[in-house]
Amino acid sequence: MSTETTNSTSPSMHPAWRALQTAFPYTMPIFAGFLLIGIAYGVFMNASGFSFIYPALMSLLIFAGSVEFLTVPMLLAPFNPLHAFLVALIVNARHIFYGISMLEKYRGHGLKTPYLIYGMCDESFSINFTAKIPADIDKGWFFFWVTLLNHLYWVGGATVGGLCGSLLTFDTRGLDFVLTAMFVSIFTEQWLLEERHQSSLAGIAISLLCLMLWGPEQYLVPTLLAIFAVFALGRHYFAPARKEPEHVTD
Amino acid sequence: MSLTEQIITVLMVVAATSLTRFLSFALFPTPEHTPNFVRYLGKVLPAAVFGFLVVYCLRGVELTGGSHGLPEAAAVAVTAFIQARTHQMLLAIGGGTALYMLLVQLVFR
Repeated sequence: MSTETTNSTSPSMHPAWRALQTAFPYTMPIFAGFLLIGIAYGVFMNASGFSFIYPALMSLLIFAGSVEFLTVPMLLAPFNPLHAFLVALIVNARHIFYGISMLEKYRGHGLKTPYLIYGMCDESFSINFTAKIPADIDKGWFFFWVTLLNHLYWVGGATVGGLCGSLLTFDTRGLDFVLTAMFVSIFTEQWLLEERHQSSLAGIAISLLCLMLWGPEQYLVPTLLAIFAVFALGRHYFAPARKEPEHVTD
Repeated sequence: MSLTEQIITVLMVVAATSLTRFLSFALFPTPEHTPNFVRYLGKVLPAAVFGFLVVYCLRGVELTGGSHGLPEAAAVAVTAFIQARTHQMLLAIGGGTALYMLLVQLVFR
């Protein structure tokens, strides 16, 4: 691991260690959430007939909750790698915009930078984007620990769920709703945070309209193209009220 | 599906996920390279995407047959309610999922 950023006015403690102490409290809610959803994911895979190795490795390598759930039925369906690629691309397309938001923050942390980008899930992005990091704490190490801790919680939960799922004797029917609930939860929280709801409503309305027009098997690509087109054409309507004093750099 | 096919499927998902995460950094190597239109999209798209994902999860629900989407509607409402009241994602997800499991296992069979 590189320690290229040892610029701190270093007291006795290593900057990595101090950053870990600052980062850990930020990840505690995610510890609880990822453990629950991770376990649910492991149990779901177990109930679908897979060894715990599957949720363990998939959570480690993919590290994108929703798409990992969606991969389970794909592994049970006829082989269709292009479909798997496209669904992951479409469902994770939002990461493109997280990337845009993190361009400045994630750059210049040496070997940590590629890992920060690789592990940029919704939650790690949210913390690293919003956290007020004290000036004497190394930002690179802070970002790194948040990303790594969240990654570990998720892999840990999925592995435990995959292992203990075999011990479960209760009926797991309906457990897969946890994925829907996760998005309802995120959507609700976003809704409460935003000043205007045009974008949220457009997402729901366009999706529903396309779903009715094309049906559940075909509607994905038309929906995303329509969302892009509506935002491109309706720029003046959707442009958020200038609220952030942060980006004065341009 | 053979083990090799499973590995390829998972690797395709890994590749697509990584592509979405690395793309912006590859396209816009410095802030000066980021067009204003892209910044605008970065601000307005996330909210729409979460709405899109809620619909995506519920796309298979049959309104005309089965349980007419009633368990889903109830569980979505309860999840949103708990989230709005407590802001505890864990509680909201756990509560909504527990209700849904109860409904599909005991009420709408």
